[in-house]
Amino acid sequence: MTATVTPVPVPVARHLRRRAVRSWLRGIAIAVVTLVFALPLVWMFAAAFKTNVQVTDPSVGLWFSPTLENFRSIVEAGQIVRSMGNSLLVGVVSTVLSAVIAVPAAWAVGRFDMHRTGSLILVARIVPAISLLVPWYYLFAQMGLVGSYTVLILSQMFVSVPLIMWIMISFFAGLPVELEEAARTDGLSAFGAFWRIALPLAAPGTATASLLAFVFSWNNFMFALIFADDRTQTVPVTLFNFISYASTDWGGLMAAATLITVPVVLAAVLGQKYLVAGLTSGATKG
Amino acid sequence: MSTTEVSPARAAAAPGTGPAPARRPRTFEQANRRLKWTMLAPALLFVGLMIVFPLVYTVNLSLTDAFGAVNAGKAHVGLQNFADALGDTRRFWPAARRTLVFTVGAVVLETVLGLALAMLMRKPFRGMRWVRTVLIIPLLTTPVAIGILWLLILDPTNGIANHLLAGVGLPRQEFLGSVSQSLPTLMLIDVWQWTPMMTLLLLAGLTTLPEEPEEAARVDGANGWQRFRHVVLPMLGPTLATALVLRAVDALKTFDILYATKGAGGGSDFEVETLNVYAYGLTFDYQEYGLAAAVLVLFTLFIIGVVVLLRRRGGRKTA
Repeated sequence: MTATVTPVPVPVARHLRRRAVRSWLRGIAIAVVTLVFALPLVWMFAAAFKTNVQVTDPSVGLWFSPTLENFRSIVEAGQIVRSMGNSLLVGVVSTVLSAVIAVPAAWAVGRFDMHRTGSLILVARIVPAISLLVPWYYLFAQMGLVGSYTVLILSQMFVSVPLIMWIMISFFAGLPVELEEAARTDGLSAFGAFWRIALPLAAPGTATASLLAFVFSWNNFMFALIFADDRTQTVPVTLFNFISYASTDWGGLMAAATLITVPVVLAAVLGQKYLVAGLTSGATKG
Repeated sequence: MSTTEVSPARAAAAPGTGPAPARRPRTFEQANRRLKWTMLAPALLFVGLMIVFPLVYTVNLSLTDAFGAVNAGKAHVGLQNFADALGDTRRFWPAARRTLVFTVGAVVLETVLGLALAMLMRKPFRGMRWVRTVLIIPLLTTPVAIGILWLLILDPTNGIANHLLAGVGLPRQEFLGSVSQSLPTLMLIDVWQWTPMMTLLLLAGLTTLPEEPEEAARVDGANGWQRFRHVVLPMLGPTLATALVLRAVDALKTFDILYATKGAGGGSDFEVETLNVYAYGLTFDYQEYGLAAAVLVLFTLFIIGVVVLLRRRGGRKTA
C-alpha cells in the first residue's frame, strides 16, 4: 500500500526482492524470540515425564519414552491435590467477591469523573505487601483467623479489588456514555443505567479482569506463606516446601511445577485475547 | 447528565443562589451523588481499611522496640530504628544497593528488548495469535514454578545450560550456586519473565498511534531508524512512561523468585537480599518488628520516590 507513494525510483524487481528478504528475516527473528520464551517451559514439562536419571542427564533432550511415575508419586503423597483444591477455592471466592465490589466502584469512578478517588488504587499497588502483613497478622490473630480460608481470601481481595478496578475503569471509559444517557432520558434511574445497560456491555471486561485476578491469586506466594496452615496451604507454598525437602527429586518437583502451570497455560491459550487486553489496559491512557 | 431538566436543579444546588429550594428534595444531582458513593463505598472502605490501618500501625511500630511476640509490651524509642537501619552497612545498605541494581538492570533490559520486540511484531503476521500466547505464559506463571524451572536448567552440574555452554566450548558457570553470579542470573530470569509484559504494553501503545506522521516522514525521505527515533519513539512516550512505572514498582518489590531460589536472607552471603527480602527476614525469621517496620517505611518512601521521579521525567519528556 505504501509502494505507490515511494518517491525514489527504485527498480521494481530489486525493491521487491529486498522486501522479500526483509520479511524472511523478520519471520526468522520472530521464530527465534518465540523459542526463547517457550523452550524453558517446554523443558520443564518434558522433565516432568522423565525418570530421575533422565532429568539429571542433559543429553537426554526432548526425545525419550515418557513416564507418568512422577505424577503418580506426588498425587499419591496427597498434599498437592489438597493444595490445588485450596488454591481453587481461594481464587474463585476472592475473585467473585472482589468483582462484586470493584465493578460498581470502577463504574462510579469512570462515569462521575472521580479519578482522584480512583488513584487510591495506585497506592495499593505501590505499598510493599510485607508492610501490610504484620499488622494484618496481628489483627487476624486477635480474631483467631490466622490459618483460615477467610484470611487467605481477604488478603487476596486486597490485590484483586484494585486490579479489577484498574482494568474496569478504563473499560467503562471505552464504553459510549450516550447509551446510558439515552436510557436515562427514557426513564431509567442512574442505577438502572448501570445495571441494565453498562453492566451487560461490560461483561467481556469483567471476564478479563476476573480471569487475571484468579491467575494472580493462583500464583500468590507470600500471603499464603504467612497466613496458611497445613490444612489451607495453597499450591505455591506446597511447591516451595517441595524445593527444600525434595531437592533431589527433580522429577517430582517438575511434575508439581507442571501441575501448577497447566491451568495458566490453558487460560493463556483459551483467553489470550482477553488476557492481553487486561494486562495492557490503562497503559495507553497514561 | 447534561439534559435540560437538570440545569435548574444544579443551579439551585449551588451554594449562594437564593433561598434553599425545598420543592424537589431529591434532585438528579443529589441522587447521583448518593448513588456514586454507594457504588464506591464497599471497594473504597475495603481497600482503605486494609491499607490505612496497616500503614498507621507500621509507622507506629517503627518507632518502638517491638520484638518477639507481635503483641508483647513495647516501648517508644523515637527514631532509633531508623538510625539503626541507616547506620547498618552490613545488611541495610547492601540490600538497598541490590534492590536498585536489580531493578535498574532488569527494567532497562526489559524496556530495550521489549521495545525491539514490539517493533518487530508491530505489523500483523501469520501466527501472531500463537506468538502472543507464548509471550503471556511466562508472566502468568507462578514465580515459584519459574524459579524451580531455572534451578533445573541452570544446575551447575546437571543443568542443560552448562551442557550447552560446554558444547560451544565455553567454561561451565555456577549461576545460582555462586555468590557473585546469583543476582545477575536472577536479573536475567526476571528479564525472561517480564520482557513480554513490556512488549505487550508497547504493542498496545503502538496500535493507538496515528499513521500520518510516519507516512509524512517516509515521504520526506527519513529511513527506518530515523522514523523510529524521531517520530515513533516520541509519540510512544506516554505509554513508555506508564509501562516503566508499572514495571519498576513490581521489580522493586520482587520477592517470590528471590526467596524461592535462594531461600531466607537471599543466600548464605545475603547475595540476593533486597530490601523486600531483608524486611521479610527481619519480620518473620528474627521477629525484629520495630526495625523491620522502619526498614519498610524507608522502602516504601524509596518506591514512592522512584515513582515520582519516573512520572515527572516521563511527563516532561512528553509535555
